[in-house]
Amino acid sequence: MTPVSRSAAQLRDDTAAGGLSPSGTVKAAIARAREVGAGPERLNIFAWSNDDDAREHAANCLDQMSDTTPGLLLGVPVAIKDNIATLTLPTTCGSHILDGYVSPYEATVVRKLREAGAIPFGKTNMDEFAMGSSTEHSAYGPTRNPLAPDRVPGGSSGGSAAAVAAGIVPVALGSETGGSVRQPASFCGVVGVKPTYGRVSRFGLVAFASSLDNVGVVGATVDDAARGLHVIAGHDRLDSTSADLPVPVYHEAAAGSVKGMVIGKPKEYFPETLDPRIRARCDEALERLKALGAVVRDVSLPNTAMAIPVYYIVAPAEASSNLARFDGVRYGLRIEGDGLRGMYEATRSQGFGPEVTRRILLGTYVLSAGYYDAYYRKAQQVRTLIAADFGRVFASGVDLLFTPTTPTTAFRIGAISDPYEMYMSDIFTVTANLAGIPAMSQPIGLVDGLPVGGQFMAAHFDEMKMFAAAYALERAQAAQGRA
Amino acid sequence: MSISIDDVRHIAALARLGLTDARAASLVGELSTILGHMDVLSTLDTRGVQPAIGVGARGLPTRWDSGPPIPLERSLDAFAPSLREGLLLVPRLSSHESVEEG
Repeated sequence: MTPVSRSAAQLRDDTAAGGLSPSGTVKAAIARAREVGAGPERLNIFAWSNDDDAREHAANCLDQMSDTTPGLLLGVPVAIKDNIATLTLPTTCGSHILDGYVSPYEATVVRKLREAGAIPFGKTNMDEFAMGSSTEHSAYGPTRNPLAPDRVPGGSSGGSAAAVAAGIVPVALGSETGGSVRQPASFCGVVGVKPTYGRVSRFGLVAFASSLDNVGVVGATVDDAARGLHVIAGHDRLDSTSADLPVPVYHEAAAGSVKGMVIGKPKEYFPETLDPRIRARCDEALERLKALGAVVRDVSLPNTAMAIPVYYIVAPAEASSNLARFDGVRYGLRIEGDGLRGMYEATRSQGFGPEVTRRILLGTYVLSAGYYDAYYRKAQQVRTLIAADFGRVFASGVDLLFTPTTPTTAFRIGAISDPYEMYMSDIFTVTANLAGIPAMSQPIGLVDGLPVGGQFMAAHFDEMKMFAAAYALERAQAAQGRA
Repeated sequence: MSISIDDVRHIAALARLGLTDARAASLVGELSTILGHMDVLSTLDTRGVQPAIGVGARGLPTRWDSGPPIPLERSLDAFAPSLREGLLLVPRLSSHESVEEG
C-alpha cells in the first residue's frame, strides 16, 4: 500500500509505529500530485505549493507536536485553503490584491494541525475571497474536477476537495460561508464538514462574512474528516466567537448507531423540479438508514425558499465591510492613483476580480441610506425565521435532517455565466450557515458517472449524531458495494 | 427593483472602487437582476420579528477590548507597501502637504 492510499488513521498509526516516515509520505504525496497533474497545466489544485516547504514540515512534524504522545494526525499531509493564514507559504485568497502576501501570523487551525503532527501541504486554489461555487473565480485560473476534468470541482473550496479527491492528501482544510466545503465535496465525491458556528477558531481565516464564516474539513472518508475536525475544534482566546465548550472525540462516533434516530426529510429540499436521479440516490440512502433502524419522518422548513435572497444580502453586506481593509495601505497590492482616493480606487478596481466587485457593490447598496430597512434589516428578520424553522424541527424530536447537498452534479467549466444561476447551486447548503448549525456532505452514489452528495444537518453542537449517521451510512454503502 | 447608472456610481464611490464606463453600464443590469430576485422577501410578513443578531445558540459573544496581543512572526516592513520609520505612508490628501514636503 502506498502512503497516499492510506487513511489518516493508517498514516498516523504506521508513522507512530515507525513503519512509515513523514518524509516518505510527503515524497509520495508530491509524486501523486505530479502523477495527476495537480499543477496549473492540468487540474490547477494549488494556488501555492512548494515541495521544499512540504519536505521541511515533514522533517519537523515530530518536533512540532504539543506533547510526546503521537498526535492524531502524525505524519498526515493536510492541504490548506488559500484564505487560511500560514507562515511559510503565501495567503492570497485567490486574489491579485494579495499577490505574494505572506501572513505575519499563523491561523490557530494551522497551529493545531502542526501540534497534532500533521504536515501542511500546499495552499489550495479557491474562488476569490471564497465568493463562488465553482473555483472558476480565482485570480490564478480555474481548478478542474479530478474525476471529470472538463467539469468544475465546486467551490469555493474547490482546490481542497480536488486535492482529496485526487488522492494527494486524505484531509484538507476549507472554509464555508454558504456551502463552500459541502458543495465541492459533493461534486468531487468526498466528505465535507461544516461545524457549528463557534466550534472552530477563525483566527487567521481571512474574513468574508463574519456571521456566516466557518473553517471546515474535507476528508476522503467520514473518519478522515472526523479526525481532522477533532484536531482543529475548540475554544481559542484569539477568537471571541469560538465556543468554550468541551470537544467530543468525533471519530468515536464510528462506534455509534442510527438505531432509533429520527431523521427528518424536509419536503422543501425535495421539490418536484429536483433531478429524479438525485432524488433516487437520496431515497436509497434513506432506505439504508431505515434498514439500520432509523426512523424517517417527513418534515417542513417553510422558509427555505427565502434562504438564497437572504444569504445574498447578508453575505455581501458583511463582505463590503470586511473587504474595505484591502486598500493598498497596510498590505498587499498598491496601485498609485490621483492622491489617496485615487490610490484606493485604482488598487481595489485592479486587485479585485468581477465577482468580488459585484458583491462589494451589492453589499454597499443594501447597507446604504434608503435601502437598509428594505434589504438588510428585512433579510436579518427572515434569517431569524429560517433559524426558527430548524429550532422547531429539532425540538420536535428530530435528531438529524437528510437532504441532497446540491441540486445538480458537477457542471461543465464555463456552463454557468449568470451570477444568480450560480448562486442557486448553494440552495441546499446556505441554510445551515444562516442558522449556524453543523452539516456535512458525503458521497451517496453516482449519476452519469458523477458523484452525488447527501447532506446531514444537526442541531447546534450535535456533530456527534451527524458523524454517527455518516459512519453508519458509509459502512452500509461499502457493504452493499461488496455484496 | 432596478438601479440606475447614478446608483452604481454612488455605491462604487462609497466602496472606493474605480469603474470604467463600460463596467459601470454592465453592472446596472447585473445588479438590477440580482436585486430583482431579492424582492420576494417583501412578500413575507415580518412584523414583530427580531433581526438575527449573532448566530446560533450562543448569541453574540463579546470580549474586553484589550484582547491578547496577536503573535506576529514578522514585522510590518515585511509586508507593508510603503513604510517609513515604522509608519505606513499613503499618498497625500489634496488638503494636506505631501510627506516629502512635510
